Amino acid sequence: MSVTLHLPAVLSRLAPTAAIESSGATVGAVIHDVSTRFPALAPRLRDAAGQPYPFVTFYLNDEDIRFHGGFDAVVRDGDELTVVPAIAGG
Amino acid sequence: MTTTVLPELSYDELRRYSRHLLLPDVALDGQRRLKAARVLLIGAGGLGSPVALYLAAAGVGTIGLVDFDLVDQSNLQRQILHGTRDVGRSKLASARDRLADLNPHVQTELHETRLTAANALAIVAQYDIVVDGTDNFATRYLTNDACVLLGKPNVYGSIFRFEGQASVFATADGPCYRCLFPTPPPAGLVPSCAEGGVLGVLPGLIGTIQATEVLKLILGVGDSLAGRLLLVDTLGANFRTVKLRRDPACPACGTRELQELVDYDQFCGVTPTDDAPRIPQLTPQELAERLARGDDVDLIDVREPYEWEIAHLDGARLLPFGDLPGALDTIDSGRDVVLLCKSGGRSAAAANHLHDVGFRRIWNLRGGLDAWSVDVDPTLPRY
Repeated sequence: MSVTLHLPAVLSRLAPTAAIESSGATVGAVIHDVSTRFPALAPRLRDAAGQPYPFVTFYLNDEDIRFHGGFDAVVRDGDELTVVPAIAGG
Repeated sequence: MTTTVLPELSYDELRRYSRHLLLPDVALDGQRRLKAARVLLIGAGGLGSPVALYLAAAGVGTIGLVDFDLVDQSNLQRQILHGTRDVGRSKLASARDRLADLNPHVQTELHETRLTAANALAIVAQYDIVVDGTDNFATRYLTNDACVLLGKPNVYGSIFRFEGQASVFATADGPCYRCLFPTPPPAGLVPSCAEGGVLGVLPGLIGTIQATEVLKLILGVGDSLAGRLLLVDTLGANFRTVKLRRDPACPACGTRELQELVDYDQFCGVTPTDDAPRIPQLTPQELAERLARGDDVDLIDVREPYEWEIAHLDGARLLPFGDLPGALDTIDSGRDVVLLCKSGGRSAAAANHLHDVGFRRIWNLRGGLDAWSVDVDPTLPRY
């Protein structure tokens, strides 16, 4: 499945573009693909065990993946995956 | 709102709020609701500035402000509540004067203190709505938990560099901050605005959205951001919302096992736990003495190249924090390594990383180049 991963500005400098085209059957597969292609991004997207961090939320289209199986959430062609990290500035 | 009998508006107030009174969704009744409302702003900085100004201008009757900081010159690029003549003054005194000038019909209540687990419930309980405009994770979780425990809506905004987030947490059925981010990132992983920078207008955008949400909640109009997270990307000129759900496992608003406030510095890793490595700190004076003696020190500056351009120490080398994991082979574990950054946060995180991968002869420059400029060399520019 072809998916677009949208990075926040704080992470986009670790990849050539803020919108990365990727593919995979699940969110986890997409994250694995992107992490393999852009190793500097890997530790910012998932922990050493390959699991999502509690302070980095992924949205598949407009839905929080934690309520749809986490990294096992199934993706469909054309889906948009957005990375929303915790930020604290005020 | 707390008052059931709404206050009357004076002749002057009717003139002042004319453009509100002409709005059918506000009108006289809504304007009286605004006058009756009590709103607490946590933080009188980047986000708190537009929130305070717009809520005061709109006629919110009582605005409480929590802050303990002084106005610094570096605040003025975005904290429009304060002016050049306020530099060095208490932010709350500056805010009180500005708001009194903007709208003398508004009462300000100043809480000149750091919000803590000891005082948060007593302060928050006095207000109808809370606005989270703080600049650190510990106070965000504290604000969230106090709002959930007391059933007060928490109008959230957060900013970093060119991007911001806004939502409304802790409404009767809605999610809370912990539903979005169950735990904070490790201390030092996410730079603060003081370290990472922020576009000056960004808090204006996000704070104005927070002020809008507050007014909607008071007036009972429109669809609030409760249950949605607004993401603002100024570079891409994109605004979008995503869905937020209450997490049934959330200890604050889901299972409600969280019955009292906790130690938020420890929760956010600001104070080290017993099993965390304790990286020794060097004061600027101690480092200056070591360098003057000619000690063999690998002085690693973990800031970004554009910061290095502004100012750096002679004899230091640049190795940005993000590049550190891939450059470990440039660091000799047999030499003393001193890590430094602007104010000591990123270098502490870098020191922890080096400790984790086996380095032991590491020190962190306490207070970073800011402290060096104050304590050792005032000619080193601060930014």
